[in-house]
Amino acid sequence: MAQDMAADQGVTTETGVPQEAHSTGFPPFNAQTFSSQIIWLVIVFGVLYVLMSRLALPRIGKVIIDRRDRVARDLEQATLAKQKTDSAIAAYEKALAEARARAHTIAQETRDRLNAETDRKRHETEAALAAKIAEAEASIAKTKASALANVRAVAIEVTGAIVNRLLEDVDKASAERAVDAVLKGN
Amino acid sequence: MAAEAEHAQGHFPVDPLHQFVVHKIVPLQIGGIDASFTNSSLWMVVVALVVTAFTVLSMGKRAVVPGRFQAAAEMFYEFIFNMVRDNAGHEALRFFPFVFTLFMFIFFSNIIGLFPYAFTVTSHIIVTFTLAITVFLGVTLTGIYLHGFKFFGLFVPSGVPVVLLPLVVAIEVISYISRPISHSVRLFANMLAGHITLEVFAGFVLTFGAMGTVGWLGAILPMAMIVALTALEVLVAALQAYVFAILTCMYLRDAMHPGH
Repeated sequence: MAQDMAADQGVTTETGVPQEAHSTGFPPFNAQTFSSQIIWLVIVFGVLYVLMSRLALPRIGKVIIDRRDRVARDLEQATLAKQKTDSAIAAYEKALAEARARAHTIAQETRDRLNAETDRKRHETEAALAAKIAEAEASIAKTKASALANVRAVAIEVTGAIVNRLLEDVDKASAERAVDAVLKGN
Repeated sequence: MAAEAEHAQGHFPVDPLHQFVVHKIVPLQIGGIDASFTNSSLWMVVVALVVTAFTVLSMGKRAVVPGRFQAAAEMFYEFIFNMVRDNAGHEALRFFPFVFTLFMFIFFSNIIGLFPYAFTVTSHIIVTFTLAITVFLGVTLTGIYLHGFKFFGLFVPSGVPVVLLPLVVAIEVISYISRPISHSVRLFANMLAGHITLEVFAGFVLTFGAMGTVGWLGAILPMAMIVALTALEVLVAALQAYVFAILTCMYLRDAMHPGH
């Protein structure tokens, strides 16, 4: 265990007399320090590797992947929303055009229907009026004819009465002859 | 400490190598092997704690819109993730946690080492070599596990004349075996050189400072140099961590697809 002794001495001499450190030469090539450096490097590096691979890196990786997914998802949603908006606008415009067309047809139909009705009523009224006019004309003609017929009878009677008053007993046949001569002269 | 100062006054105000000295905090022996808790171990623990705190606490809220620290942690994650995927392929992503740990450990060791009084874990060849040999053995074993004997086809490039084949294979094998050396020495040497340079310029500042008023003026130049070098060292710290990680990714690609 001479090495043990040397190690213990190394501690005391190093702090006390720095030449001791120099005596071993260039510090990085001091082989006495190799074993402890290797052992501690293996321990520390091993622990650090486990910490990184089990704890730190999965967390960082998850955050990065989550962010990437989220950005992709958001973009997808935005595209989807834009598509929805576009289709909604298209549907609105289509509906508007349809409504406009329908309103136009309805107005046209109503106008046509009203026109037709008005025409029909007008025709009916005209027909009724024409019938009434014809009827009235017929009755006028009849009345005129009967009136003219009555005029003759009355005139005969009046003429007979006048002649009777003037001439007394004028026979009916001569009176008739006289009246007809007058009427013809008219 | 007084003895140290006395010793330093002899030739140079600061010993540029003193910052690399490993001293024991808690002496420990396991089966006759020295496993003492040293200042190096302490700073390894500090680095691990900082990395863990940064990557775990920053994600506390797990916000969809990240805060400053969360954004930084996510940036590191995506940076290493893309590095592994682009350089080693999709199949190598199961090694992503390892490469991430490697990068974060080296990066934070380098950065934390720049703070005054801090110990730079990666300025010791044994640390960088242990990391590099772990990568080397891991990559080699993965390659043999995935491809069996065919993995050694890595050493036989296609389209090479048969006459040259023994030479080329020998070169390929040597370059493959020397990988952990170049891999580790690159990081170690960068850290070591950077810290020595900083310390040497700091020594100049102290030397000039001891000269009085004229010295104070003379100290401005090395002081400005230290500021510039510190900025450079921050770059080197990040760059070397990046280089270490990306080389690991390239070695991993060889293990995944040895047919090149």
